[in-house]
Amino acid sequence: MTSAKRNLTIEEVHEGDRVPELAVDVSATTVILGALATRDWRPMHHDKDFAIHRNGTKDIFMNTPNQAAWFERYLSDWTGPRGRLGRMRFRMKDSVFPGDTMVFRGRVEKVETDEAGCGWLDVAVTLSVGEKPMTECATRIAIPTHEGDNPWTRRGDAWRP
Amino acid sequence: MSELPAEVQSWIGEVRYEEETEFDVERGYIFTSCASVENGNPLFWDDKVAQELTDGPIAPPTMLSVWFRPHHWAPGRTQQLQPLQVHFDLKEKLGLPEAVMTDNEIVFGEPVRPGDRLRTRQILRSISDVKTTKLGRGRFWVIDVEYLNQRGELVGRESYTGFGYRRGES
Repeated sequence: MTSAKRNLTIEEVHEGDRVPELAVDVSATTVILGALATRDWRPMHHDKDFAIHRNGTKDIFMNTPNQAAWFERYLSDWTGPRGRLGRMRFRMKDSVFPGDTMVFRGRVEKVETDEAGCGWLDVAVTLSVGEKPMTECATRIAIPTHEGDNPWTRRGDAWRP
Repeated sequence: MSELPAEVQSWIGEVRYEEETEFDVERGYIFTSCASVENGNPLFWDDKVAQELTDGPIAPPTMLSVWFRPHHWAPGRTQQLQPLQVHFDLKEKLGLPEAVMTDNEIVFGEPVRPGDRLRTRQILRSISDVKTTKLGRGRFWVIDVEYLNQRGELVGRESYTGFGYRRGES
């Protein structure tokens, strides 16, 4: 929990900065726990026979909402709890299976403060297995502009993700 | 498969399946979700941090779709309800037995809190012409899902791109 306690502020981040890598070994439990935690009962995420014979994949595979949760965790480990996700767009190029090691890498594409005074980072995150990118995720996350700032307090027109 | 049925065409832009979630947002699922990805963010585990930052506990933003997924079974229910029902309607009406999601965009609004009762609605935005991919032959479609809380505040909007297909026609 210690890494999540620090809070990045906008002046500490620059375009081109790299988010520290995160490597995760994926087991069948990882996939199934993720599916059940997201209330996704579809069999391709827990039934290997179904995944192979109906979906034509080699095994059960990680579902979309659970990948979103991994991306969120990856980013908030870096920003700290004041980091507030505004937007995520991800494209799955291939599936993540038990036995894979997922590696998350992120690069800061843009640093800005909007007209409402909210500090934003556009971060491109890639989930790779080996050297192959499996999912690419474009994220926009608000972080404090200074030590006393808290993006979570923004509402209405002050929140423009 | 090249002609898009008129009924399906009429769904584009139409608000469908406005519904309330089957249960209140609750912390058990929040902890289970965090555990599934080893998310140690104290905002979700430490009530003092949650009080300081968000005026009380909230759910991880990416749990948005979790709250509207129906129970796998419920008393008196004769058929299993499907989340993102428009997606399954398209599979059926277009005769495409298999489908995968290829793109997902989520915009986050007001934080979701334990005790919230969310409402959702689905809007089909587009359907492509017939395409052939390595999975098979079928169509891509884009479905938006909007999420509101019990006060009518937008808590998020999701956009899914799906590909419905028949295997062996690639």
